[in-house]
Amino acid sequence: MLYLGDTANAQTLSLVQAAAVAIEQALGEDLVDLVPSYASLLILYDPRLCNRLTIIRRLRSCLTTLQAQPITAGRTTVLPVYYAAESGVDLEALAERAGLSTEQVIDLHSSTEYRVYAIGFAPGFAYLGEVDERIATPRLSSPRAEVPRGSVAIADRQTAVYPCVSPGGWNLIGRCPVAMFTADVEPSMPVAVGDTVRFEPVSRRRFLQLGGDLS
Amino acid sequence: MSMTVLQPGMLSLLQDSGRRGHHRLGLSNGGPLDREAYHYCNRLLQNTPNATVIEIGAGGLQLTTQVDTFICLTGASMPLSINGQERARWEVHPVSEGDIVRTGFARVGCRAYLGVAGGFSIEPSFGSTATVVREHIGGLCGAPLRGGDRLPCAAISGRKRLYLPEKDQPRYQNTITVRVIPGYQQRHFKRAEQRRFFSSTYRVSERCDRMGFRLQGPPIACDVEGILSEGICFGAIQIPRDGQPIVLLNDRQTIGGYPKIGAALSLDASRLSQLAPGCSVHFAPVSVGTAQRALDMAQRFTLQKPLLERHP
Repeated sequence: MLYLGDTANAQTLSLVQAAAVAIEQALGEDLVDLVPSYASLLILYDPRLCNRLTIIRRLRSCLTTLQAQPITAGRTTVLPVYYAAESGVDLEALAERAGLSTEQVIDLHSSTEYRVYAIGFAPGFAYLGEVDERIATPRLSSPRAEVPRGSVAIADRQTAVYPCVSPGGWNLIGRCPVAMFTADVEPSMPVAVGDTVRFEPVSRRRFLQLGGDLS
Repeated sequence: MSMTVLQPGMLSLLQDSGRRGHHRLGLSNGGPLDREAYHYCNRLLQNTPNATVIEIGAGGLQLTTQVDTFICLTGASMPLSINGQERARWEVHPVSEGDIVRTGFARVGCRAYLGVAGGFSIEPSFGSTATVVREHIGGLCGAPLRGGDRLPCAAISGRKRLYLPEKDQPRYQNTITVRVIPGYQQRHFKRAEQRRFFSSTYRVSERCDRMGFRLQGPPIACDVEGILSEGICFGAIQIPRDGQPIVLLNDRQTIGGYPKIGAALSLDASRLSQLAPGCSVHFAPVSVGTAQRALDMAQRFTLQKPLLERHP
């Protein structure tokens, strides 16, 4: 495990990305997998094939030049969202808790540019930050057994789109018709770590036209 | 050429050695929970080490063969029969077109591996055939086996009738010791909490699956409720707010925010996955060096026991 900071911020994220590139180059085939997150990188190697101390030495030497690595600028992806009580069952309660109207919540959620900080939990689940403080809301006290596919949700200052039906404890405020993960398509995801994401409010009709599902 | 599922049993999953290199999309590893039993299944059948087999959870699988080939069952003590006649586990048996292969329910252990000569021919997804039901990926359409599923496999005639002598077969027990490498969040667990963790007996709860095993016992307190979400390795032991340890296994989520007291050795995580609810677990701390030596020993001895040949 490699720690590059202790809070979620854009600078640490850039450092995590630069380190990921450097480690991939340095370890090559000896790298089994890499899990980047907000401020850390889990580096997996096969202890049956590689010596731990050699791996640590190679990591140290590739990370000393880390600052010099160019930081790649991510793409911007716009995701349409149908914000409504019927598509996001917690929208009204979240607005009430925040002392705002649902329109204001939608406005605050869709006027912020988010960064993809990490991908994980489930295939295609992108952790986006940071949500405007006024609409930051803690997780539900007990997670739901089933969150509908495409649900747009908030947990503290993070937001995400649920790529498939799954259990979940985040607050649901709308639904996105874009598939966040498709197994047999390259690339499988519309976003990558480091990318910028914006949400664009769309009508019920437009949501359905784009292939959205309200069931 | 194929085998057809008559009865899928409790939970039967196609598995190869697992998916690698796709954690960044959020994909977990999948693969056999008991790596040793999986390894012997393919080794006995003289297959490549990554061949696709069926992981049978609890038991109750029934297949019919449309091909002449060889099969082998390893792992938990599930009775195996071919056309109603009991056959030894950890041994290669010939099967012919029209045969009915049946496994009963395990007496000790929870998971067995049924392999076929050459492996089942399944289209890989992200480089692997491993079924991860939660992700709908691998196997046949990402699902457990169902009645009527056809499992393609080749007609094979030349295979030695190898077996692993009974004295060399693993003994599945109801109490095990899991060796643990203390983890990155060690400092968040006070000395007394660590002592309690390493000196108590934990029981396997009902809430155990391929994602993780939840244990029950004296609760462990942590100085923090959560950490900034980070990658989770195989065998990681999370301590959620209720203080009850969760050992994360093959189908674990890739990222999580619960503090971890350490990580179980992969060898011991395999044994853990064979435990049924109610079985007991002790944890013992080990250094990284000791863990490495244990792994090297397993590679050289545990997985390389000599196989004998049966001459009918």
